Amino acid sequence: MDMVLQQIINGLTLGIIYALVAVGYSLVFGILRLINFSHGSVYAFGAHISMLFIGFNFGLVPAITASVVITGLLGVFIDKTGLEPLRKKKSKGISALITTIGISYIIQNLLMIVFGSQTKFFPKLFDYGNFTVAGTVVGIRQIVIFAIALLLLAVLTFVVNHTKVGLAMKAIEQNQKAAHLMGINVNSVITFTFFLGGSSAAIAGTLIAGYYQMVYPVMGFMVGLKAFAAAVLGGIGILYGSIIGGLFIGLSETFAATYLGGSYRDAIAFLILIIVLLFKPSGLFGKKTITKV
Amino acid sequence: MSLLTVNNITKRFDGLVAVDDVSIRVDEGEIVSVIGPNGAGKTTFFNMLTGIYPVTTGEIIFDGKALHNLTPQEIVERGMARTFQNLRLFADMRVIENVLLGFHTKVKYGFLDTLLRTPRYRKEERELHTEAIEILRSIGLESKIDSYATNLPYGDQKRLEIARAIATKARLLLLDEPAAGMNPQESEELLQFIQSLKKRGYTIVLIEHDMSVVMKISDRIYVLDHGRLIAEGTPEQIGKNKAVIDAYLGKEEE
Amino acid sequence: MRNTLGVFSRVRLFIDSRRAIMLPVAIAVLLVLPLIIQSQYILRIMVMIGVYSVLALSLNLVTGYTGQVSLGHAAFYAIGAYTSALLSTKLGLNFFVTAPLAAVFAGICGLMLGLPTLRLTGSYLSITTMGFCEVVRMVLLNWESLTNGPLGIQKIPKPMFFGTPLNLANRGLYYLMLAMVGITAYCIHAIVRSNTGRALTAIRDDELAATMMGVRAMRHKVLAFVVSAFFSGLAGAFYAHMINYIDPNTFTFDTSIVILSIVIMGGMGTMTGPFLGSVLLISFPEILRFMAEYRFVVYGAILVIMMRFRPQGFLGGQQLTSYRLPKHVVRPVSGREN
Repeated sequence: MDMVLQQIINGLTLGIIYALVAVGYSLVFGILRLINFSHGSVYAFGAHISMLFIGFNFGLVPAITASVVITGLLGVFIDKTGLEPLRKKKSKGISALITTIGISYIIQNLLMIVFGSQTKFFPKLFDYGNFTVAGTVVGIRQIVIFAIALLLLAVLTFVVNHTKVGLAMKAIEQNQKAAHLMGINVNSVITFTFFLGGSSAAIAGTLIAGYYQMVYPVMGFMVGLKAFAAAVLGGIGILYGSIIGGLFIGLSETFAATYLGGSYRDAIAFLILIIVLLFKPSGLFGKKTITKV
Repeated sequence: MSLLTVNNITKRFDGLVAVDDVSIRVDEGEIVSVIGPNGAGKTTFFNMLTGIYPVTTGEIIFDGKALHNLTPQEIVERGMARTFQNLRLFADMRVIENVLLGFHTKVKYGFLDTLLRTPRYRKEERELHTEAIEILRSIGLESKIDSYATNLPYGDQKRLEIARAIATKARLLLLDEPAAGMNPQESEELLQFIQSLKKRGYTIVLIEHDMSVVMKISDRIYVLDHGRLIAEGTPEQIGKNKAVIDAYLGKEEE
Repeated sequence: MRNTLGVFSRVRLFIDSRRAIMLPVAIAVLLVLPLIIQSQYILRIMVMIGVYSVLALSLNLVTGYTGQVSLGHAAFYAIGAYTSALLSTKLGLNFFVTAPLAAVFAGICGLMLGLPTLRLTGSYLSITTMGFCEVVRMVLLNWESLTNGPLGIQKIPKPMFFGTPLNLANRGLYYLMLAMVGITAYCIHAIVRSNTGRALTAIRDDELAATMMGVRAMRHKVLAFVVSAFFSGLAGAFYAHMINYIDPNTFTFDTSIVILSIVIMGGMGTMTGPFLGSVLLISFPEILRFMAEYRFVVYGAILVIMMRFRPQGFLGGQQLTSYRLPKHVVRPVSGREN
């Protein structure tokens, strides 16, 4: 029993971070109907920048803040240079997807070149010891990580549901042209969305780096795919769906690793993704859309 | 027996009834128009005839056989083809390729013939191309066989769509607003072209908003409003029908 | 960029309009080349260009002609390589038996993947194919009893042709590559020119309209996918016997991206695009050896730049020459070249 509880806690901690990354996919998909494949590499970038600034002895909070801002700006840069020109040209959707794939390769490989491709050490975050509950050892840092991620998700949800910008985002999701005609500066809102995506990815990357104590350029690939699976599971474009999806994938992966063996742990997320796409592509909480002829 | 008989078809989308108990008949060689104000359900009606939507209730009988709820491909094979209100050409394919695609269901050679480029394949490809050129000649596009569909002027694109539908060897053509976006001269040319189709033995069902076209070429007209059939008859009868005038112009204040 | 394309278009037009001569000349040159070139290093590059041409031709059928963006084709490459390698090392069979079998098996895998996933569209399809690619890699890595896991398969024999091993030195491998490229190009070209090929491009341009004209879209998408998987598997088999050693890391998502870059850069929906793309993207890393680290940055940049400035690729998009009518079909008198 205590084994199960342990795994649940591990799974939830992992899952909340997937949720944080998944939300980045959802926000961009909601507003642009685009799967931002570069999101995983942005996540890795954020972790590396945090590591860099911590290495400069900035102190934890300033380092993370710097990473959040810089990575957010990277998100904006990606949109401005790669995606906005395509929107202006009214390119086919697939062009944007391929562009984001290209961008992910550029970022990931530049990280390899600049930082080296081997795994690097990241300091253990929030190591305030453990405590025992119901026979299970719970690390305080797991609680802290969970709390931070949850707080962030709450902030993001608040922004989307209760601010003017969030309302603008929803309006653009529904009907971009109408939103524009109503005076909404569509491109600014899109820029803001990418900033949010980038900064939340930076925090997620830093939290994971602090949890597993390692940083490596390819770390974004797997997490990116799994977070994407989480977003699809919950219903891509739907915020709370991404959160639930993330937790579900985190738990599934942790239990699969324990009971099926570690080498197939990564496969669980793909399996879930494939099953969802085949049977209910709109996800748990998504709605089917009717296309008019 | 009519070529096409539609008996009491209804289309319900959850709460909304888009087409309500509509019956029409079309005899071979006729030109029948379906008209009505925007939102009357005309395109939904067409979509049921062509297999995009299943009927909620009712039946569609074409050439003596039930057609409702078949797949669009099966319906084309049986001999009914359509054009689209908002043009759905194959933009990055050439004019002649668009027409050749129309022949798709009638091509007889198989995959093995394709891979081995057998004489049977070569003969049939020659015939298909020759026939495609003939169809294009009959609508006046033979000088543009190499053009990419997306580069054509609007009027030519509309005609190309009709050519593609003709290529399916359909007996009944469903034309969805063929005159949309055309100036009076183009509409006149289109009108003459549709009449020439009738002379060649095609049966045509039109959805159209352009009343001058409708009145000039239709043998009979059906009028839909809010999904229901409110009138049917010859152009003269429809022109005088009060219900029709009300539907289009709104009821007069008493 | 404008001026380059102006010149470029003229070169394209020059070559395209003289197709009847250009093709035999190119073939003749390719046949004679290994007799002139002494360097095995260069020959090896040419053989690799050939392998990637086959991969690009197959992916192009699915992505360029049918409009389905597959990011998982490295999986079929891997399946073909491993199947042929295992059949020859464990059962001692000749390449000329194992390679076709491997291709057929890859085709069957294409069928099994295609049937459920080709119902999806756009990004969902792409991501699912990518997931499949990763799953295949994981299986190859973990199913050690069959695949030897991370150690890979060693000592894969060179193809034996009537008792002689075909390798670079005797130019046998080069001519085998040409044969493979030739068969692939012929088959795909035959499909593309036919009714099936027209249906595929129609599906790409407007799947609903194609359906309304009688095309059974699912059937055609799956067919393209299976044919594509078959030839990718064939390329894999060839590669395995050429390089004599394979492991799961040869066939990653990265490889899928290289193939996609080749197709996109060379020109989607054309027969010549994959060749141009392969020549450019396979020879460049060799020429710019010092930039080896930046290889994938370059691939990524190519994807971004091409999508921005010329998404149809160098040779793709609207062709500059007129449509090739079958022999003996009379062109209408007023038909002009446009």
